[in-house]
Amino acid sequence: MFRISSEPLDPAALQRELRDIRAGACAAFEGWVRNRNDGQPVRALDYEAYVPLAEKEGGRILAEAREKFAILGARCVHRIGSLALGDLAIWVGVAAEHRGPAFEACRYIVDEAKARVPIWKKEHYADGATAWINCATRGPGAQEKPPGL
Amino acid sequence: MSKTVEVQYFAILREQRGLAQEKITTDAGTAAQLYDALRAQHGFTLESSRLRVAVNDEFAPWPAPLRDGDRLVFIPPVAGG
Repeated sequence: MFRISSEPLDPAALQRELRDIRAGACAAFEGWVRNRNDGQPVRALDYEAYVPLAEKEGGRILAEAREKFAILGARCVHRIGSLALGDLAIWVGVAAEHRGPAFEACRYIVDEAKARVPIWKKEHYADGATAWINCATRGPGAQEKPPGL
Repeated sequence: MSKTVEVQYFAILREQRGLAQEKITTDAGTAAQLYDALRAQHGFTLESSRLRVAVNDEFAPWPAPLRDGDRLVFIPPVAGG
């Protein structure tokens, strides 16, 4: 199950949802709000999501993880709204019989969620400036057009 | 042929448009044509090559024909996690 949450995440409660007596391993990943990005001091973050499609695409990622790795269960929750430094932004948990697939599936889910799920992050910097991450005109794949075209 | 669609904006596009959603009556035949028209009108900085598009809450190809009543979301580069 993949969810978008506007409320703070509770890792202990999320982990309880994965309990399974067949599981010998539970790998969890927590993404926290860090105080720097690309050398700039960060003061706070806003996350925004296109919820219906984010939850659909996230669900597909969890289904892929269950197909690719020998796991018993997987959960991912992403927080949206205004977050402070140190806040928990994303939680991923995977239960499996053995630790190998648990670690691998956890990594897969985080990487795919960052690349594919329609969630956006706005950074607020110490100097008062803000930026939507990955949305600079000169970002990856950007083709600059000469003026007038 | 003219049709009316609903466009929902997120993140950088919401800020550049100054709105979260609007109904648009358009002659654009495809999502790509509609985005290019809106970009020219509102000065969106991102080219369509940087975006994906969703129609009725599912990813769609840019050349897909628009239908009356479609709900569109133009998806800027994502940054979860």
